Amino acid sequence: MAITLKVNGVERSFDGDPSMPVLWYVRDMLNLHGTKYGCGTGQCGACTLHLDGIATRGCLLTMEAVADKAITTIEGLDSDGNHPVQKAWRAVNVPQCGYCQAGQIMSAAAFLSTTPKPSDDQIDQSMAGNICRCGCYERIHDAVAMAAVESSEG
Amino acid sequence: MRHQIEQLIEQQIEGKSPIAISTDTSVVINKVSRRQFLQMTGGGAGLMIGMQFMPGSALAFRSYPTGAEGMPNKTVINPHVFVNIESDGTVILTAHRAEMGTGSRTSVPMVLADEMEADWSRIKIVQAEGDEPKYGNQDTDGSRSLRHYIQPMRQMGASVRHMLEQAAAKNWDTDATRVKASNHQVLQLDDEGKPTGESIGYGELASHAMAMEVPTFEELTFKTDDEFRYMGKGDVPIIDLHDITTGKARYGADYAVEGMLFAVVARPPVVGATVKSVDSSETLKVPGVKKIVEIAGAMPPAKFAPLGGIAVVATNTWAAIKGRKALKVEWSESPHDNYNTPEFAQQMRATANQPGKVLRTVGDPDGAFANAKKVVSHEYYQPHMQHAQMEPLVAVADYKDGKLDIWAPVQSPYGVRTDVAEAVGLTPEQVTVKVSLLGGGFGRKSKCDFVIEAAMVSKEMGTPVKLQWTREDDIKHSFYHTTSVERLDAAIDDHDKVVGWRHRSVSPTIVSTFAPDPGITSGFEAGMGLLDTPIDVENMSIEAGEAKSHTRIGWFRAVSNIPRAWGVQSFIAELAHELGRDPKDMLLELIGPARIIDPVAADMQDLWNYGEPYEEFPNDTGRLRGVVELAAEKAGWGQNMPKGEALGIAAHRSFVTYVATVVKIRTTDDGILSIPEVHTAVDCGFCVNPERVASQMEGAAVMGMTIAMYSGINYVNGAVSNSNFHDYPVARISSYPKRVHTHIVEHPFSVHATGIGEPGVPPFAPALANAIFAATGKRHRDLPFGKEVG
Repeated sequence: MAITLKVNGVERSFDGDPSMPVLWYVRDMLNLHGTKYGCGTGQCGACTLHLDGIATRGCLLTMEAVADKAITTIEGLDSDGNHPVQKAWRAVNVPQCGYCQAGQIMSAAAFLSTTPKPSDDQIDQSMAGNICRCGCYERIHDAVAMAAVESSEG
Repeated sequence: MRHQIEQLIEQQIEGKSPIAISTDTSVVINKVSRRQFLQMTGGGAGLMIGMQFMPGSALAFRSYPTGAEGMPNKTVINPHVFVNIESDGTVILTAHRAEMGTGSRTSVPMVLADEMEADWSRIKIVQAEGDEPKYGNQDTDGSRSLRHYIQPMRQMGASVRHMLEQAAAKNWDTDATRVKASNHQVLQLDDEGKPTGESIGYGELASHAMAMEVPTFEELTFKTDDEFRYMGKGDVPIIDLHDITTGKARYGADYAVEGMLFAVVARPPVVGATVKSVDSSETLKVPGVKKIVEIAGAMPPAKFAPLGGIAVVATNTWAAIKGRKALKVEWSESPHDNYNTPEFAQQMRATANQPGKVLRTVGDPDGAFANAKKVVSHEYYQPHMQHAQMEPLVAVADYKDGKLDIWAPVQSPYGVRTDVAEAVGLTPEQVTVKVSLLGGGFGRKSKCDFVIEAAMVSKEMGTPVKLQWTREDDIKHSFYHTTSVERLDAAIDDHDKVVGWRHRSVSPTIVSTFAPDPGITSGFEAGMGLLDTPIDVENMSIEAGEAKSHTRIGWFRAVSNIPRAWGVQSFIAELAHELGRDPKDMLLELIGPARIIDPVAADMQDLWNYGEPYEEFPNDTGRLRGVVELAAEKAGWGQNMPKGEALGIAAHRSFVTYVATVVKIRTTDDGILSIPEVHTAVDCGFCVNPERVASQMEGAAVMGMTIAMYSGINYVNGAVSNSNFHDYPVARISSYPKRVHTHIVEHPFSVHATGIGEPGVPPFAPALANAIFAATGKRHRDLPFGKEVG
């Protein structure tokens, strides 16, 4: 039986392997390439997307687990790319190679939605599941802190 | 680096020395010699400079030789290749180097845009395909992009500006002295050189301007440093910034072609093993799996040939991964089945304790050690490492009708084109290589085995194929950073002076990937912090010991500079402790007085010097001392530290850039370590993009931390035992250096710009280890040393 779900607000139906991770579904079937493959084991966070608003690793989340649920990928975070986290990322010039950044942004956006005024330690703890091999951590930290201020003021 | 290595191997085979000392003098405009130039820019010459370096004067541009002319296909200086101006004023610039995170896709074209007086907000960047005859050398490694292209970019920018001005002058029926290009338009000038208010935009001028003859170098005028709009400012964000934050930026896997299939490959666990038998019955039952394809492998030295194995081809990546899991492959034995890294490390240590092949001798080292009051000796170990760039290897290949289209994240697109063509029996003309953004490279994506695999599978399938490496594939089947033991000895005399110095390096060589294993470090590897050491002790012996390679050795960001800086810079701090000296003072004393090292007098004849002409890019200990002093001063070196806090320092010249790093650490009674602050001083000549230099230094600190504390590749019976981030960990945000302060030594354009991608890495690990020793008394000599402090 086909699995139905919402991806970035669009109703979708999937009748393939129910054990397929959502990562490969959005990438290979929907050509939504913003969600990245990094490790396949939930350790690096490059595939982070939102499942009903909660940051989730797309490489471990199976299609059967998202039946009748709503997922949001980086493409659906904000129609103009102007989510406060995205704006802060640009203001701080966070990325180097950029590959992990969609996952970082999705983690940060979900985190700030539940913790609008985080401490420095909370930022680092919440972002510790996302690896950046280029080592942009200092700027990731600063961008999350900046987005928190922007969000609470806006 | 790939072409340079091939050339070096060729030279070695032909018995030529890889010496890169140029006999040419600097090419200087209007017959001003380099010496005169230096005199002119020296003290008291201000007025003269003012006269000579008037705005728009050719003298604003000092041309100097670089190693670019020694690279395959050299440089191409043709504005028609790199610049296109549309009628709406959009300026399209070609980025011909790969972007892997250093910002070169922004910084290199920005040089051209600045010199042509273009408005950066109206620039578009297109990525060049792999085509060196058209664009010049495209090997994006060796921290070379700006080093080799700042001058060609300025020259092309000046050419286009000149052509636009000529077109405007013609339009107004006036001469070139009555026009001036400024921020995307050409202004008309009156008799006094003031703008009349008339202007024409670049878009309007484009078709006439670009039809003009490209001026000769002698006809060009160049902007003076104070006229730079973007260079040296650091306020231009990377061109892909918005796309990266919205998920639109396209990397290797972000490409889809009609009818494309997806593949993963089962590769031999040990280099050199081959498929003995394969049972694909369960694999072919996995829904979506189409076929298995055997890929032929090759025993090293096989350059970038695939390891061989079985490709599982499916309708999506997940089905391919599942199909591979169900595959039963029996692998043959390999001559490297007995490679076990703990035992190999013991062998390297034993070798390092025996006299080695002497590469360089100064004075009478044997006498100095024989007569020493005391000899201090230590060994420093570094394991194999793997790049672990965030984007695992991936390539899309479409082989159709005797033509092959490639889309892939590659550092050397033209090398890929020629290598892949050969592998599938085509000519380079039948192959196109489109370059995506690289989700990190660090040297791994210079080696195109993964692209060859994709091409072979596409050819076999007759469909486009996206061939994806999993993280496990990436960690287990790489071209690894070599492992090494660095043995350092110092002879101390009665006055506690260091009078003898011996550095013996033992590590398998990269050359073994390309040619029969010489079993000893090669000339260019010796040129990375061993042979070219700035250490100034009256009796010195620089040696290498034998070590055979049992895996595919490749280059990793900063290459051999990592183990050499680890050994030398740790040892200097150990000597300081031994002799009751301040580590920074000891470092400066051993570097010796500010001087240009004479490589012949210093017995450094085989100096690689990163392929650069030594006269222009010499080993200048004054600049090394300069970054040491700068980093120390900014970090507050010498001040009293609160309990549990300490500083460590290290400095290293690599890729003709000078970097010193001071790491501040904080420990608690229960041994928890944090790094509140890092001060990195960098002398990279004229700095084009200080903001990206800072980001590279921040990233180098994090990678340095990973090297120091976390990452080591281990072999058990020939196979890599690591597999993913749980057993090959890298630094996370929970333990990053909190503030990396980058201090850039300021230079005018006339001081050659150097690269920045690699040189930040080598000093970090020893600086951290030295700080830990200062705080706790615990000395780490083996990498990685883990998170424990005491």
